[in-house]
Amino acid sequence: MAVPILKQGPFLIATIQAALTDTDVLQLQDDVMAQVTRHRSRGIIVDVTALDVMDSFVSRSLQGIARMTRLRGATTVIVGIQPEVAFAMVQLGMAFEDVLTALDLEEGLALLTRPRKEAVDGGA
Amino acid sequence: MALDHDSVIPIASDADVVIARQLARAMAARLELSSTDQTLLATAISEVARNITTYAQRGEVQLSVIHDDGGRRGIRVIALDEGPGIENVELALRDGYSSGTGLGLGLPGARRLVDDFNIETAPGRGTKVTLVIWERNARVA
Repeated sequence: MAVPILKQGPFLIATIQAALTDTDVLQLQDDVMAQVTRHRSRGIIVDVTALDVMDSFVSRSLQGIARMTRLRGATTVIVGIQPEVAFAMVQLGMAFEDVLTALDLEEGLALLTRPRKEAVDGGA
Repeated sequence: MALDHDSVIPIASDADVVIARQLARAMAARLELSSTDQTLLATAISEVARNITTYAQRGEVQLSVIHDDGGRRGIRVIALDEGPGIENVELALRDGYSSGTGLGLGLPGARRLVDDFNIETAPGRGTKVTLVIWERNARVA
């Protein structure tokens, strides 16, 4: 199932709505990169609230989105990681140390609209 | 309920990986495992089932409810394939080692997510990975 990506001013918001296959995840990566380029977006929020599993493939792909968009001058924030999912990710060894995260969409937007320097340095 | 007995899910695509972990989660929910344990189980299955599609193309995941001597219940997952097998199991279980395109977190990661982990494999003989998650409080049988 394709992940809808919404343009909101200088930001993109991708809301994952159901379990993702690996193919869906790769598609999301491509779609985000294409849209960031098309809209010259400054920030991207990926909302994973609906994901009940984030295995090494999904985690690595989201990390990939964060790194690729950073090279385009944009900041990615992953929002809505469920508590059980966070627990499993740490056990798995995916601690997302270089990826910005926020509790939910609202907090993610707040992070992106902070003064630029702070948002970029926040997770590094 | 059918799922409280054995359940076999053929694995041949990334969509099958999702089906396997969803069925396992439903089984774990019926056993009243905590939602954290349900998530750990589903995540571990995702890792071992992806190994099947990546290295062996096809195989299967078997799910069963098992009991130990004390009557404690658990869910056993067997991920089975007839693929190339693993030459150096010790290396494959090491964090960060990958012979494929992954991060090398698959097998060592899955091992950390579950209570019991066992792997039987040999070059050319396929791979059988067995995982178990036990319920946390022993029940009176």
